[in-house]
Amino acid sequence: MMTGYPREQIRRTLADPRLQEAIYSATGRLMEHRRQVVAPEVLPDYQELREQARRIKEHTLENLDAYLEQFEAQVRARGGEVIWAKDGPEVADFVLDLARRSNARLLVKSKSMTTEEIGLRERLEAQHFEVVETDLGEYIIQLAQERPYHIVAPALHKTREEVGEIFSQRLGVPRENVPERQTRIARTVLRQKFLTADIGITGANFLVADSGAVVLVENEGNARLTTSAPRIHVAVAGIEKLIPRAQDLAVFLKLLGRSATGQPLTVYTSILSGPRRQGEWDGPEQFYVVLLDGGRSRVLADRDKRQTLYCIRCGACLNHCPVYRRIGGHNYPWIYSGPIGKIASPQFQGLTEDPWLPFASSLCGACAEVCPVKIEIPRLLLELRAEIVKTQAREGQNRWERLGFRLWSWVMTRPRLYEALSLAAGLLAGEGSDQGWLRQLPGLLNAGPLRAWLDYRDLPAPGRSFRALWRQRTARVRE
Amino acid sequence: MPARVALFVTCIVDQFFPRVGLAMAEVLERLGYRVDFPEAQTCCGQPAFNTGYREEARHVARHFLSVFRDAEYVVVPSGSCTSMITRHYEELFRKDPEALEQARRLAPRVWEFSQFLLEVAGVEDVGARLPAVVTYHDSCHALRELGIREGPRRLLAKVRGLELREMPASQECCGFGGTFSVKFPEISASMVRTKVEAIHQTGAQYVVSVDASCLMQIQGALNRAGSPVRTLHLAEVLASR
Repeated sequence: MMTGYPREQIRRTLADPRLQEAIYSATGRLMEHRRQVVAPEVLPDYQELREQARRIKEHTLENLDAYLEQFEAQVRARGGEVIWAKDGPEVADFVLDLARRSNARLLVKSKSMTTEEIGLRERLEAQHFEVVETDLGEYIIQLAQERPYHIVAPALHKTREEVGEIFSQRLGVPRENVPERQTRIARTVLRQKFLTADIGITGANFLVADSGAVVLVENEGNARLTTSAPRIHVAVAGIEKLIPRAQDLAVFLKLLGRSATGQPLTVYTSILSGPRRQGEWDGPEQFYVVLLDGGRSRVLADRDKRQTLYCIRCGACLNHCPVYRRIGGHNYPWIYSGPIGKIASPQFQGLTEDPWLPFASSLCGACAEVCPVKIEIPRLLLELRAEIVKTQAREGQNRWERLGFRLWSWVMTRPRLYEALSLAAGLLAGEGSDQGWLRQLPGLLNAGPLRAWLDYRDLPAPGRSFRALWRQRTARVRE
Repeated sequence: MPARVALFVTCIVDQFFPRVGLAMAEVLERLGYRVDFPEAQTCCGQPAFNTGYREEARHVARHFLSVFRDAEYVVVPSGSCTSMITRHYEELFRKDPEALEQARRLAPRVWEFSQFLLEVAGVEDVGARLPAVVTYHDSCHALRELGIREGPRRLLAKVRGLELREMPASQECCGFGGTFSVKFPEISASMVRTKVEAIHQTGAQYVVSVDASCLMQIQGALNRAGSPVRTLHLAEVLASR
């Protein structure tokens, strides 16, 4: 069950006070910002909006085939093209072919988890194209040759000093630790890239079926430049990004910025449909939307767990997760970290690929409380745990734990045996008094789960049980 | 005829915190209830359910249902176990209509201790007295699955001599999480460390919660840190005079 759990790596993260402080305070700020803008006095219909968002997503996925076709027809009608891609390599093949056909050399990208998911940048770079991330956080991550730490804030774990170091090493500029000046450095480099790029690649926050539109929300304006400066725009999006109507944006835009960063709206919201039309003086000459399956139709097939696909990538569940807030984003096996990653990874990557993942939760429920589309993350974690246990039983794995729970259930349905064993435990602990605490256990007992507990915490010593004391008490009352 | 209340003390209280069960019985008797302890009770099945062992959990949950079938009220010193019975049995017995029916019949009679006092007994002041500074930890399942937030604070406010000082992030998990605490002890310990710091910031002598399992985690960590702060279950506070 713990196969693949990166215990040592996680211990290192936990033992790094600078990193701990960076994660905890950055996520704490995002929590506080969100709290202020979803408060009842600011947004009285917040709970209704969540419910509505969930229902729209549910309805869309229920009728996804129809909406996808409608979307495609609408994009075509506006002079754009839709490309259907089964997986990452198919997306990369399309973009590579397009780049070659159009003699492109430089591609600029805006932040997109979907392209991170399929490693698009790396695939293009492997074919000797220059690909530049233009979101500041993502640019830092690209220069540092890492992967995003957080769905919304890719460089959340980097201090300003580290960013200064990365810039000076990779860009050959003097070390600069003031964020505003660092931004200016990035801006100078990136402006040049925007102006000379041939293709702009973006993701999509939403795809609108009734108008064939790609919707992008951002704060830096880099996505807007990515979609307007180069002559070709390619949007890569998972098929679950569909919403039926433009007016549904009224629900989702209200929720997304608030849940992600605590902004009532992000600084820029771009609604893009089709290439530049006659008489228009900006916009790309060619407009492509690549619709990625990438395992989504398989997830869709499970009527219960398909709600995983409702996710609008706001990152609120990460910010509120006490586990993410300590182990950070790089200890999760896939690009999607935090609670949403814990339910998405097993479904996309395979149930037993990282069997420990759905178990790495205290089931506190903070994620579900803040999810803007009300994904029942804790319940799905329980569901996935049961599926993993079942699969492992079939494959003869995890024998000891299974035996343990079988014995446990046997004892727990035999009250007398249960009492006898609890009495024995009390004697073994050598502790007659109530509520003593043990710091360690002798020899052989100091193993397994007991040891895991005692490595960090004292353990209550089993003394006289409640039922023993209750009998005494009842006897006293009778006298 | 006074109403009869059956205690489900939970396995953790039975094994490790018997005083919590006694305190709960005392408070209920003071309010005029006749308190029973059905001796065949063991556990609600949550440890297996949360670890993915549904069949084993069902086995134990059926036993629970048979023990408490005829109870007028079942009162539980744990939000987590209450929620297991009143909410998660629904999921657990999805494909067992007979047990599902039993669970549905029993669920409305199963109460977490503080909710029982406020909503069934209809009391806020149970006549308790504890001259001390306390802080309250919101246990996750009580808070997010049963909506228990103000109730325990209202009960504490009526305790004579008691001063409640809120800790920062009282709603953040203590890191117990059942088998999570021993499968991922390093993460669990890091979570409780934050909780211990928050408790210390208040200067409180006691930290109070409605779940003994959280208190096991918190007290275990307080002890290990050499802290003089003690944990108390809400029932223990309300039983003191």
